[in-house]
Amino acid sequence: MTDSHPSNGPLFATIDGNEAAAYVAYRVNEVMAIYPITPSSPIAEWCDQWASEGKPNLWGTIPSIVEMQSEGGAAGAVHGSLQTGALSTTFTASQGLLLMIPNMFKIAGELLPAVFHVTARTVATHALSIFGDHSDVMAARSTGWAMLAAGSVQETMDLALIAQAAALRARLPFIHFFDGFRTSHEVAKIQLIPDAVMRELMDDDEIAEWRGHAMTPDHPVLRGTAQNPDAFFQGREAANPVYDICPDIVQQVMEEFGKRTGRHYKPFDYVGAPDAERVLVIMGSGAEVAQEAVEFLNRRGEKLGLIKVRLYRPFDGERFVQALPPSAKAVAVLDRTKEPGATGEPLYQDCVTALVEHRLDGPGGSRQPAVIVGGRYGLSSKEFTPAMVKAVFDNLAERTPKNHFTVGINDDVSFTSLTVDPEFSTEPDDVIRAVFYGLGSDGTVGANKNSIKIIGENTANCAQGYFVYDSKKSGSMTVSHLRFGKQPIHSSYLITRANFVACHQPEFLERYDLLRHLVPGGAFLLNSPCSKDEIWPRLPTPVQKALLERKARFHVIDATSVARASGMGGRINTIMQVCFFALSGVLPRDEAIDAIKESIRKTYGRKGEEVVRKNLQAVDNTLANLFEVPLTGGVNGAGGFHPPISPDAPPFVREVLGELAAGCGDELPVSAFPRDGTFPTATSQYEKRNLALDIPVWNEAICIQCLKCVAMCPHAAIRAKVCDPANLEGAPPTLKSAAARAPEWKGMRLVLQVAAEDCTGCVLCVEVCPVRDKTENKRKALNLQPQAPLRMAERANWKFFLGLPELDRRKINPTLLRQQQVMQPLFEFSGACAGCGETPYLKLLTQLFGDRAIIANATGCSSIYGGNLPTTPYAKNAEGRGPAWCNSLFEDNAEFGLGYRISLDKQRELAGELLRKLAGSLGDELVAALLKPSETDEAGIAERRARVAVLKLKLQHLDSPEANLLLSLADQLVRKSVWIVGGDGWAYDIGYGGLDHVLASGRDVNTLVLDTEVYSNTGGQMSKSTPRGAVAKFAAGGKPGRKKDLGLIAMAYGNIYVACVAMGAKDDQTLKAFVEAESYPGPSLILAYSPCIAQGIALDIGASARQQKMVVDCGQWLLYRFDPRRAERGENPLQLDSPPPKTSVLDYLLSENRFKMLTLSKPESARQLFAEAAADDADRRKLYEFMQSRTFKAQAPEPAGQKIPIAAESPGT
Amino acid sequence: MDLSTTYLGMKLRSPLVCAASPLSQQLDNLKRMEDARASAVVLHSLFEEQLRQDTAELEDNLERGAFSSPEAMSYFPEVDNYKLGPQEYLALIERAKQAVGIPVIASLNACSAGGWTRYARAIQDAGADALELNIYHIPTDPAQTSADIEAMYLEIVRGVKSELTIPVAVKLSPFFTNFSNIAVRLVEAGAGGLVLFNRFYQPDIDLETLEVRPNILRSTPMALRLPLRWIAILYGRVQASLAGTSGVYFGGDALKLLLAGADVAMLCSVLLRDGIRQITSIERELVAWMEKHEYESVRQLKGSLSQMNCADPAAFERAQYMRAIISHPTPSAGPS
Repeated sequence: MTDSHPSNGPLFATIDGNEAAAYVAYRVNEVMAIYPITPSSPIAEWCDQWASEGKPNLWGTIPSIVEMQSEGGAAGAVHGSLQTGALSTTFTASQGLLLMIPNMFKIAGELLPAVFHVTARTVATHALSIFGDHSDVMAARSTGWAMLAAGSVQETMDLALIAQAAALRARLPFIHFFDGFRTSHEVAKIQLIPDAVMRELMDDDEIAEWRGHAMTPDHPVLRGTAQNPDAFFQGREAANPVYDICPDIVQQVMEEFGKRTGRHYKPFDYVGAPDAERVLVIMGSGAEVAQEAVEFLNRRGEKLGLIKVRLYRPFDGERFVQALPPSAKAVAVLDRTKEPGATGEPLYQDCVTALVEHRLDGPGGSRQPAVIVGGRYGLSSKEFTPAMVKAVFDNLAERTPKNHFTVGINDDVSFTSLTVDPEFSTEPDDVIRAVFYGLGSDGTVGANKNSIKIIGENTANCAQGYFVYDSKKSGSMTVSHLRFGKQPIHSSYLITRANFVACHQPEFLERYDLLRHLVPGGAFLLNSPCSKDEIWPRLPTPVQKALLERKARFHVIDATSVARASGMGGRINTIMQVCFFALSGVLPRDEAIDAIKESIRKTYGRKGEEVVRKNLQAVDNTLANLFEVPLTGGVNGAGGFHPPISPDAPPFVREVLGELAAGCGDELPVSAFPRDGTFPTATSQYEKRNLALDIPVWNEAICIQCLKCVAMCPHAAIRAKVCDPANLEGAPPTLKSAAARAPEWKGMRLVLQVAAEDCTGCVLCVEVCPVRDKTENKRKALNLQPQAPLRMAERANWKFFLGLPELDRRKINPTLLRQQQVMQPLFEFSGACAGCGETPYLKLLTQLFGDRAIIANATGCSSIYGGNLPTTPYAKNAEGRGPAWCNSLFEDNAEFGLGYRISLDKQRELAGELLRKLAGSLGDELVAALLKPSETDEAGIAERRARVAVLKLKLQHLDSPEANLLLSLADQLVRKSVWIVGGDGWAYDIGYGGLDHVLASGRDVNTLVLDTEVYSNTGGQMSKSTPRGAVAKFAAGGKPGRKKDLGLIAMAYGNIYVACVAMGAKDDQTLKAFVEAESYPGPSLILAYSPCIAQGIALDIGASARQQKMVVDCGQWLLYRFDPRRAERGENPLQLDSPPPKTSVLDYLLSENRFKMLTLSKPESARQLFAEAAADDADRRKLYEFMQSRTFKAQAPEPAGQKIPIAAESPGT
Repeated sequence: MDLSTTYLGMKLRSPLVCAASPLSQQLDNLKRMEDARASAVVLHSLFEEQLRQDTAELEDNLERGAFSSPEAMSYFPEVDNYKLGPQEYLALIERAKQAVGIPVIASLNACSAGGWTRYARAIQDAGADALELNIYHIPTDPAQTSADIEAMYLEIVRGVKSELTIPVAVKLSPFFTNFSNIAVRLVEAGAGGLVLFNRFYQPDIDLETLEVRPNILRSTPMALRLPLRWIAILYGRVQASLAGTSGVYFGGDALKLLLAGADVAMLCSVLLRDGIRQITSIERELVAWMEKHEYESVRQLKGSLSQMNCADPAAFERAQYMRAIISHPTPSAGPS
């Protein structure tokens, strides 16, 4: 964070809401128990970073920060810390807050003063959402915590302190919440609270008094008693006075805060006309939007008012009613949450109750409006705009205003929605509004954050930035919304009228209508390899039209070339930033350039002189290459926008998912969506993203058909089929094939085909190709060539390839990779990062078992690329079979998957019972065959499916309740493969207790842990899988402890199949492990090494396999399989598949940034931790070698699959 | 026995100096070198190219994937104190100077014109007693002439020398058309000493993987022959210190260099192979030989077998090569 302090005035900073909360929380606490969850993770990251830098809190000590295994753990740790007298806090959202609720009841019940800072986020219901609404904090209403709501970045800082001071004075815990993303991630220029003010509000006597109440053996007390009917109720009521005076205390603290800072708050703040007739009640960032709208409309002569609810709990009904102007005739209460089945949402209900209970008559008149209605808005960060505020006021002006309405959507099912005028805007003319379209990793967002800081620091302007990302992890589009103006900015909504629009990636221009928000006369900046003289006819026709209609100022720069010439590689961020300053006029040009240069020195200084030099060079090179394009050409463009979804897609995919993909999802009505969150699979095939600049091209003449390329492709974009030569008749002329080399497939042709439009260009297939051209060593059997010239031909080839028949699975040996890889993948084209290390395992799972797999997926990367709309990667085969997939939660995934198993087994058992009962009608032979245990090979499965088909046919002719019941259960007679999938954050940390229990259950579930050794999805926080010495968030100094050996723990049970694999190092071992695990009739656990961008490796240029080989070759990752069936046969169940280490651990560690960066930040620690890491590996190897050397005797038939009773209920209840 | 010698104007208690090697990265090793009676130590090289590469890699790794997902706007903690410049190296010089009493010679390999002088100054400021310039250049451009290359070397030495007051040695490769000529001109340009020779890591081909790999091989005793010849030839012809490095494993190897005219013998591979304590036994062997052959001091024997002073000057020239070929035994045809 950069502070600025112009002429001894207030201290300003340009920061986001999370940093604002962290700024206060860090200073006023001593203990922080943390756990990452979006969007609150950065608060913990800031605190951890400041602690690692040795920054003291208000009392001169560095707060103790401990990462826990879950939010439940964090709340428990805070509870204990509070009971023993340390000022303690945590930060969370959504499901995380829900996991804290049990402890929150305790903390409130024990009147412990703490503040939890919550980035309010949607609680998962029919779907997960990482975005913002109040469903989480509303779920915590009953805990007895006070709640303060902040609506802006400034308020987030201010109320963070007010909450803390009030908590101590009131002796009550507070939830301080602000809107996830809209406030937590909005960057704004705000005034910092000086430490002296914080010190004054944090009363030493109050702290000492509370600390004196802490548990200590020096004056022991007992808390947490068990009470009976004779005592509990009274005890619960005993605390009432604490709640009664809390609002007064909050008011008092707010006044003290106002005196010291000039920023005044009240539990209910009123804004608007003193004689308002219509009043809106709202809390959070929506109040900012409402204020802008109310002030705008009142300037036009309306009489409107707004109550911003700050102190939501304890809800002071009397204060609320007093805040209403006596003139109020109609009140609308807006809730950012939904409580299905309730008589209204919570804030509405509170307001109604308050008005009923506190009828006030005063000199100004009665505060009893004739009308009060409630409505919902902004769920999951749905846009909330001044136009919607106006719609709410318009509703209040109706003779019979709509109650329980919605605003911001088109509800054509229950007709709750209000009509919104899309043309209504309150944007003042003197605010500069800029929108930038960039690619996730091109630095656009970073540069824009930097621009806001530059303007914040160098001018008196107010500044605001908000950033929107699309749903894919690879090739994602980012949209930056920046506002600059003289007056405070209350516009907590996206820009729809931009003075400046920049397109940083030329290909976006072909796909999206980027100019739809450009105002007439506005500036449009395009990064393009085309010169100013070449660009016009190459623009899509609608873009040309828009530029001409709006008389836009159009500038073009070849930023990529300028970047290369400046030594910046492909990084265009600084160049585009310079263009923005040059064109927007937000600062005088020379002043802006100087400010950028100064900022470069500050920002990049820590990364070395060379980076600074290159960026400065880029600044100097930019202006000479920025050209205005005169709008003298006619409309002669390159056609319309590319459709986001293939026209071949089914109607639902085209009309619903297609609209989402096009960025027009907000326009879809309620009726477009399923009621229960069920969506079709196999939809990613219709979203052609054309991300790859270069694609692999097959040299069939030298290919040895090992199919490692197919196995390792993270996106299923390169595939093989084996078919009869006759099938290739009529193939497009450029389709390649070669004689199949496998003896079993003699006379057949092998086709290796690339999905050119789905490939991400990660190069992994080329990297793993073992073939070398004998005359030109650098060439392989796959070589890269530019995608664009090949696109059309490969599109036709791909279509033909898809039409080729799949090889009969019974003719494929599933344990030979070069055969197995012709199996159809039923996981394709996910939005995972280019080169992802996880997805090849999932693809393999679906190739082997996808047609009978049911997957429970823990929240994390795999649930995001696996199930994030608009299109999803799990697919179906020609028979319509494929994986059924569901994400329950992060913490419960093993239990959720076990639930599948128990349910499926029960249904199968019932089907068996019915079979026996109906044997007379169905035929003994069929019944006997179906009652036999399922076969696990493809032939057995095919045979059983055929029998089930016969059974169903017969059942349709038997008209009895039992036959009908069996008909509904018949498919359960084919064995289903239950997979429990998740990352290491789930398996090692938050879900470990459940996983352990499920593995111990003995039930036939398969667990796949995609082990990236870090919390990847939330941005690289340390997990218990993180290896010693690795730098991660919450382990800035390198993780001091060793990695948890989850496999060893599981092996200790003896009846669990355990495998540790790394496909890029030894693909045949991985394949065997999957086949063995699935065939094992008890629990299995596969730990799959999954290289990840969070490890600091170049996954996007094919590093995955190389890193896997290195980590295995040096002995840091052991390959092994532990099969209890071997013990039954008198063999040692453990097979160590890793040979003794042949390379140095240090060489491996230095090849990944997570380790290497420690040598650059803390070289001494690096030396020590790396030596210890090498020793860990050696110790572990020795232990495993010992385990492998033990002799076993053949046992009686094993407990494999034996059911260990699961506790019916937890003890101690 | 008087083992003292003078190198780069510094009086050393013996001619056994530790050459630049990875061992000198750790302070403990420097202490152990002094304890084992090394008379001076050359620190490992500060490679400007490595610093640049580290910076570029770090920048690349920290930026990769940044801001591509709303949940993960970065993947690593913010760290403000990366040691990306020469700070760690300079700190090592400072700590080495405090920890040991023997001269500490820094070593620098820069790759940019400004880099040589900037880093050299910093090294002097950090307290190094002398600087060894490790000029490492493999010309691959056929258009570049040997005159261009030599001019570049001379420019580097002049530039650095003009900035420094501490002595400067140059560590060279033998691959010059006329090595004597460049040696003389480097001394004229300001080099106070010549370190013969730098060994480049030569690439190798892995026949199994068909990959080209750098193959790090320690020097062999045979490597001694090259510096031995050129030290013998240069002795008395250049007004600069001469250091022999490569292939010094025993006291006898050091003696040969001294007899040829070296002021110091630098030890590297032997220490990596057999440990730092090996310095002591090399000195013991040196002293034993001198006692046996009744030498009183290193000064006495230094250069006594140089080309200038030996009985057969032509032995250091090509003629000896011819005789060696002629006198080499013919391999037998082997069993029939």
